[in-house]
Amino acid sequence: MTKTFKLALLTSTLLGGAAAAQDVTLTIESWRNDDLTIWQDTIIPAFEAAHPGIKVVFAPSAPAEYNAVLNSKLQAGSAGDLITCRPFDASLELYNQGHLADLSDLGAMANFSPVAKSAWQTDDGAATFCVPMASVIHGFIYNADAFEQLGLTAPTTNEEFYAVLDAIKADGSYIPMAMGTNDQWEAATMGYNNIGPNFWKGEEGRQALIKGEQKLTDEGWVAPFRELAKWKDYLGDGFEAQTYPDSQNLFTLGRAAIYPAGSWEISGFNAQADFKMGAFPPPVAAAGDTCYISDHTDIAIGMNAKSPNAEAARTFLDWVGSPEFATLYANALPGFFSLNSTAVEMSDPLAQEFVSWREKCQSTIRSTYQILSRGTPNLENETWNASANVIRGAETPEAAAERLQAGLASWYEPQK
Amino acid sequence: MASRKPVRWHIAVFLAPAVLVYTALMIIPLFGTLAQSLMNKDATGERVFVGLQNFARLFGDAIWSDAFWNALANNTWFFVIHMLVQNPIGIALAAILSTPKLRMAAFYRTAIFIPTILSFVIVGFVWKLILSPIWGIAPGMLDAVGLKFLFAPWLGREETALTTLALVSVWQFVGIPMMLIYAALLSIPDEVIEAAEMDGITGWSQFWKIKLPLILPSIGIISILTFVGNFNAFDLIYVAQGALAGPDFSTDILGTFLYRTFFGFQLQLGDPYMGSAIAGSMFGIILVGVCIYLFGIQTRLRRYQF
Repeated sequence: MTKTFKLALLTSTLLGGAAAAQDVTLTIESWRNDDLTIWQDTIIPAFEAAHPGIKVVFAPSAPAEYNAVLNSKLQAGSAGDLITCRPFDASLELYNQGHLADLSDLGAMANFSPVAKSAWQTDDGAATFCVPMASVIHGFIYNADAFEQLGLTAPTTNEEFYAVLDAIKADGSYIPMAMGTNDQWEAATMGYNNIGPNFWKGEEGRQALIKGEQKLTDEGWVAPFRELAKWKDYLGDGFEAQTYPDSQNLFTLGRAAIYPAGSWEISGFNAQADFKMGAFPPPVAAAGDTCYISDHTDIAIGMNAKSPNAEAARTFLDWVGSPEFATLYANALPGFFSLNSTAVEMSDPLAQEFVSWREKCQSTIRSTYQILSRGTPNLENETWNASANVIRGAETPEAAAERLQAGLASWYEPQK
Repeated sequence: MASRKPVRWHIAVFLAPAVLVYTALMIIPLFGTLAQSLMNKDATGERVFVGLQNFARLFGDAIWSDAFWNALANNTWFFVIHMLVQNPIGIALAAILSTPKLRMAAFYRTAIFIPTILSFVIVGFVWKLILSPIWGIAPGMLDAVGLKFLFAPWLGREETALTTLALVSVWQFVGIPMMLIYAALLSIPDEVIEAAEMDGITGWSQFWKIKLPLILPSIGIISILTFVGNFNAFDLIYVAQGALAGPDFSTDILGTFLYRTFFGFQLQLGDPYMGSAIAGSMFGIILVGVCIYLFGIQTRLRRYQF
C-alpha cells in the first residue's frame, strides 16, 4: 500500500513539474478550505483581470492538517509560491528556517499599522514576512428569533448570561449552547480564549504572562476555566462526541440558541441559517466594567522563499496589501476584518455588530499564540486538551491550570 | 574434466526489480529513520550526532515518557481487543461457513469481507455518523427496542472511546481471519474428517479435537498479522478523533503519537528527530513481538503432513 502510494506520489510530482512550465501560475497554500469558492469566483478573477499573464490557483488543505502538510511540503520543496501565514511563532519559525521571504520592502506594507504587522515580524520587528490580511473577533452568535420567542435579550453581564441560558434550558425547545468537546479546539478557542480576556484583562494579563509576572494558576487565568466548567449543563446531549461541524449544524438548523463563535463563522452561517442572528461580546462581571475582546490577528500571506515566480508573487502580494483587496475580501468574507489602515465599508449587519465592539472594548489577541507556544509541551495544544477536559468535568479548573503552568514552566525561562 | 556450472543470470534478473523497489522505498527509508533517531539539532540548527539522547529524553523526561507509555498502553489494549474479539469471531465465522449444510455461504462470505476493502476514511466517518448522538442512527435503533438508556456518546467518553474504536476496527477487519481460517479449514483432507467420524468424533468435539489443531499454524499467522497491523495502526484513530486522539489522549496510540511529534500539530512544530526516535521504538516493539512469536511459538507448533 505504502509502496504504490509513494510511486504514485513520485509520478504525479514529475508530471506536475512538467506541466507547470509555461504561463506564470501562482499556487496559494491555505487552510481556509471553506473559502475555496470565494477565492475562485471573486478574488482571483479580480486579480487576474488586472494582471494578465499571471494565473492564480488556490489550493487549500484541512485546517487541522495545514501546518503539518505545509511544513512537509516546504521541506520537500514542493510547496506553492504563496503561503497563507498563521500568526506568530508558526510563521516566524518558517521565516527563520528560510522558507518565507522577507517582505519588509514591499510597497503595500505601508498600508498596515505596526500592531497589524506584529504577528508576522521577527521579535525585534526588523523584518516583516507576511502581508496581513485579516483578524477575527470572538463572541457569541445567537438565534434572534428564538430570543424573541422566549422574550430574552442579549446578556451583557455574567449573571445575565447564565440567566439567559437557564431560561432557554427551562423552556426546553432549544439546546441552550451549541458546542462539543470532540475536536477540542473549540473549547480552547471559542471557550477559554473567548471569555478569558475579561478575566485576565486583555493585553495587560497577556503581557504579564509573557514577562513572567503572572502565572496561569493566578485567579485571572483560572476563572475562565471555572466558567467553562459551568457550561457543561447547557450543552446538548452527548456533547462529548459532538464535532465542530455538528455544532455549526445544530445552530444553523435552529436547534441551538447560542453559539460560542469566532467571527469567521458569519459567512457560513449567513448561507445556512434561515433565521435572524445577533451577536454579543463575552459578558463582563458587572455592568459598566471595561470589556475585553479577542481581536486576533489571524491570517496573512507570505511568499515561499524558493518560489521560482518571485516577481509575480510580489505583484500579487502588493495587490493583497491594497485597499481594493481589503474591500473585496472583507465583503466576500464578512467576519474576516481587514487589518488595512484604510477603513473598509462592510454591508453585513452581523459583521458590523462584531466590528463595533472594537469601539467600546479593549482588543487583545489569543493568549497562547505569541512566544508561549514555542516549546514542548506546546501551551496552545495543551490548552485545547485542558479546556475540553474542564468542560467535560474530567479535570477541575484548578488542576487544569496547575498542569498548564507546570508545562509552561518546564521550558519557558521567565515562568521558572 | 570438471563441468563448470553456468552462471544463472536469470535469478538475479528476476529478483532485481523487487529488490530495487523494496530497497529504495522500504529499506533505505527504514535505516534513514533509524539513523535520524540518533541525530538532533545543535544550537545553530545544524544536524549533529547525539547518540541515544533522543531515546533518553523519550523515556526519561516525564512529558515524553508519560505520553509514550500512555500510547503504548492504549495500543496494547487495542491489540488485546482484536485478539479477544476479532480472531475468535473470525474463526467461528469460518467454522460456520465451512459447514456444508449452510445455504448462501458465498453471500455471507462476501458480505462479511466487504468492509475490509473499504478505506479507513469511509469506515471512520460512517461509524462516527452512526454513533453520533445528534444525527446518528444508533440512538434511534436502541430506542426502537427500548434500550435507549444504553446509549452514550461512546466516542466522546474517556472510558469507552478506545474500546469503541477497537470494535469498529474489528468490524472492518474480521473478514481477514475468517478468510484465512476458511481456506485452512477447506484444505483439511476429507479422509481425516471421515476417519474421525468412523471413530465417533463428530460435531463440536470434531472441531476442537481434529480441525482446531490442524488450523493452529494459520491462527498463529493471523495473530502475528494482527499484532503488526495494530501496532502500526493510525488511520482509524486519526480519522475519527483527530491527531490529538481525544478525549484527553485516551485513544492515543503509537501511530498518532508519532504523527503529532514528527509532523507537528497546530502551533506545535514538527520534530523529525524525536519523531524518528518514536518510530525507532515502534520498530523495536514490533521486532521484539515478531521474534517472540517466531522463536517462542512458531517453532513449537506441531505441523501435520497429509
